[in-house]
Amino acid sequence: MTTGPEVAAADEKVRKVELAISLVLRIGVVLSVALVAAGLALMFSHHGAYVSIRGSFSYRRLTSSTTAFPHSFSALGHSIARGDGRGIVVLGVLILILTPVLRVAVGVLSFLYERDPPMVVVTLYVLLVLIGSFFLAGV
Amino acid sequence: MTVVTPLDFVLSLAAISVAAGVLGSLVGLGGGVVIVPVLTLLYHIDIRLAIGASIVSVIATSSGAAAAYVRERMTNLRAGMFLEIATTTGAVSGAYLTTVLPTRFLFVFFGLVLGYSSFATFRRRHADAPLAVSNDRIANYFNLHGSYFDPAEDREVAYKVTGTKLGLALMYVAGLVSALLGIGSGALKVPAMDSAMHLPMKVSSATSNFMIGVTAAASAGVYFIRGQIDPIIAAPVAAGVLLGATFGARVLGRVTSKTVRLVFVVVLVVISLEMLQKGVLP
Repeated sequence: MTTGPEVAAADEKVRKVELAISLVLRIGVVLSVALVAAGLALMFSHHGAYVSIRGSFSYRRLTSSTTAFPHSFSALGHSIARGDGRGIVVLGVLILILTPVLRVAVGVLSFLYERDPPMVVVTLYVLLVLIGSFFLAGV
Repeated sequence: MTVVTPLDFVLSLAAISVAAGVLGSLVGLGGGVVIVPVLTLLYHIDIRLAIGASIVSVIATSSGAAAAYVRERMTNLRAGMFLEIATTTGAVSGAYLTTVLPTRFLFVFFGLVLGYSSFATFRRRHADAPLAVSNDRIANYFNLHGSYFDPAEDREVAYKVTGTKLGLALMYVAGLVSALLGIGSGALKVPAMDSAMHLPMKVSSATSNFMIGVTAAASAGVYFIRGQIDPIIAAPVAAGVLLGATFGARVLGRVTSKTVRLVFVVVLVVISLEMLQKGVLP
């Protein structure tokens, strides 16, 4: 059985992990919302002359002529380098998608630090599935 | 004769998403459950793009809420991370299935799951006494047991976890449904934990919220690369739902009045019937 001080020390470790995870999530969300807002603002300031659509509403007619949004990493890089608002919006959305991935990565590291091999394997598997999902999508 | 510019589109979508976020947090379901019907029925957006936008909003709300839940110490991090093995695997399978399944099936399936989820929020759940001993070898090996502080009893309550195999199977299905429909599928995750694995009710819902973001990220990765996440739709939806859900949770809290919740649930049932109808009679 574990004694009092050991339990307290273990509790303290768990607490640190929890706070680290909480911080990662918070920063990720705030950063992505800021980027999305900035990107949208930039987009509309550059494309003030967007055509109005008359008649029945159609999302396709509204954006299909202009929507060539980047959804591969290299296209995204080029788009941001050009200072394209749409690229910045995509970057914000991508960061949002990556916050849980980063949260899992923090989990792997903290379980390594705690010397807890079974949970290291668990979190590593989840991390691989998440990273793999970005690369196996085309298969 | 209507005149709509992309700016109007983004602003109106953001406003509706705020409302969806508030509604979602009041009823206790995620905003995604309202977003997909809004995008498909109101804006006539392809259901696959709607699902892509919705899954991003699910991540936003989950990451926002989980940050708070983790600090409250209600979440069982170990059990949550362990079960993510099943939800992420299910989500990736689901993301692949969407390309095979016809969109009509997605509408019908969405209608059915939404209908079930609405009723499930009202089902009376009996709170079992926490387990003191567990013979579950997996739960013992990974030490998934935990404890939480119960403010009603003003003490730390310890509990043991059991039924991990059934829990994993149910979580695989929850991940699959989450990816197929772009929803958090908390209505499926919570029973997998509190009924199958004997986690306390409060711990189950906090842990479910914690897991939803990682589950959604697994399918969002596939959808992102496939070009199914259109930023012009996803951005206002994600920001709007996040804002609405945060506001709903902080300012209004959980609506305790049964009648108010009943009204919301009726709204959701009507939406689910609309989705069903769109799938059956296109």
